[in-house]
Amino acid sequence: MAQLPENLLRRAAEARAKAEGIPVEEALAEMKGEAPPAGADAAAPSAGAPAPVAASGGPVRDLDAESSKFGVPRPLLDRGMRARARKDGTAVPAMAGAAVAASPAAGKAAPAAPAAPGGPPPAAGPPPGVRTQRLLTVVKAGAIQGTTKEPQDKVNVWPHLLAIEFVALLAMLALLTLMSAFIDAPLLEFANFNQQPNPSKAPWYFLGLQELLAYFDPQVAGVLLPTFGMIALMFIPYVDRNPSVRPSDRKLAFSIFTVFFMAASILTIFGSFFRGPGFNFVFPWRDGIFFDDLKTLLE
Amino acid sequence: MADGNGKGGVLTAVKGMGTHLRNSQVWNSIFRPGSPARADSTDSPRNRAYVVMNNVLYHLHPVKVKRHGLKVSYVLCLGGLSFFLFIILTVTGIFLMFYYRPTSPAAYFDLQALATDVAFGQLVRNMHRWGAHLMVITVFLHMTRVFYHGAYKPPREFNWVVGIILLLLTLLLSFTGYLLPWDQLALWAVTVGSNMGAYAPVFGEQVSFILVGGVQITADTLLRFYVLHVLFLPFVIVIFMAVHFWRVRKDGGISGPL
Repeated sequence: MAQLPENLLRRAAEARAKAEGIPVEEALAEMKGEAPPAGADAAAPSAGAPAPVAASGGPVRDLDAESSKFGVPRPLLDRGMRARARKDGTAVPAMAGAAVAASPAAGKAAPAAPAAPGGPPPAAGPPPGVRTQRLLTVVKAGAIQGTTKEPQDKVNVWPHLLAIEFVALLAMLALLTLMSAFIDAPLLEFANFNQQPNPSKAPWYFLGLQELLAYFDPQVAGVLLPTFGMIALMFIPYVDRNPSVRPSDRKLAFSIFTVFFMAASILTIFGSFFRGPGFNFVFPWRDGIFFDDLKTLLE
Repeated sequence: MADGNGKGGVLTAVKGMGTHLRNSQVWNSIFRPGSPARADSTDSPRNRAYVVMNNVLYHLHPVKVKRHGLKVSYVLCLGGLSFFLFIILTVTGIFLMFYYRPTSPAAYFDLQALATDVAFGQLVRNMHRWGAHLMVITVFLHMTRVFYHGAYKPPREFNWVVGIILLLLTLLLSFTGYLLPWDQLALWAVTVGSNMGAYAPVFGEQVSFILVGGVQITADTLLRFYVLHVLFLPFVIVIFMAVHFWRVRKDGGISGPL
């Protein structure tokens, strides 16, 4: 049987031999569709013995014709035929015509007398209530879904990626621990509703917006711009129809995003360090820094 | 003993115990096949795959990644570090919850006590605060990294939207936590911040009323922000993170190369 590697066939034959109590060589030969070695019949007293060859007038099959008709490899048909015959205790059907001589797989069927095609069906079917299975077709190995993916250069996540991530994680933990060991989080005086500090600043990540408040109406700077900004961010993938990810193809997208990115950064830095009492403009190196998030660091 | 048999005996005994432990049913039930912790583990391509596949890590990583994904200069680990900071913030936050009461004036005194009475209290509070600032930065930089790599393009469009929601939730988490020290910095920064929301057209005042729990910030706001900060927003962000990570895997892992 050319389709199966020899070692797999050997393993299967050994398993079958063990299960049925027949010599390995015989099982192997049968699976290959060849005649069992001499003396194998004698060694296997009961179940393993191949069924007797059909006498004249028994069922006749032309495996070569069936093979080409149904697209099933001939050795499989042969194997199925023999298994059926052995199971039912009936004779192995004779081969029709020239196929007998042409194929070594016909094995012991070869000397059988050629019978007329269309002979009577096998006499003994399976006992009532016993279901048998037939091989309908053989599906060639291959993916169910056709894929056209190119093979890619890939590496194992373990250990390569996980090691890098672990180092990054440790570095971050070290940075955070060191920072926390040397810089205390600010804790000013007890909250006092009657004493607003000057300047009062929002958390630093909102200072860009607070900076915008100095230029625009609160409805625009505090609400419309951030809302619009967030919605615009969310819609980037649906607006940018350019399929390329190469920077040289995305000059417009890069420019627009970079402009907004820089604007947000500058506004935030400006609001954090260049705004003093009354949220008026100051030079941090001349008038001091009015940025309480880093108060403990700066003192 | 002069010949050192005693020492060697102890060493052998300890080694034997270790081997026994690593072959035990308990050990093998904890570490699934392929894990380097198992006694029978060898370094083979199959076991390298199993380390990820037979592990909860498989939810975060495939067995293999494209080679360029290993370059630190490509991703800068920003997404992973954001997640790691979130975990640090959860751990330190739980620690802080043991010593904090969200009422006025107890909240402020609890923070003072944290600095003086609680072992490592100040260190953990510092880690929580600086970690929060760092997380805002890493999440924001992660977003810019993803933009410049065009990693939001199909099929990753929706995951970008989830990412923006995560950025918003990160800002909200940081903002709600900002009030909790109940000092002058917290009170007035949150006042400035929530006043902006009140300017929203149509329903701005209602939103502000619900958020603050009144027409202006009071001690009730403290409780409201506390619940938002320790329960509601973490709950929501974890759900979105789960979707985010799952979509990273489903959308084909790391993007690129450029």
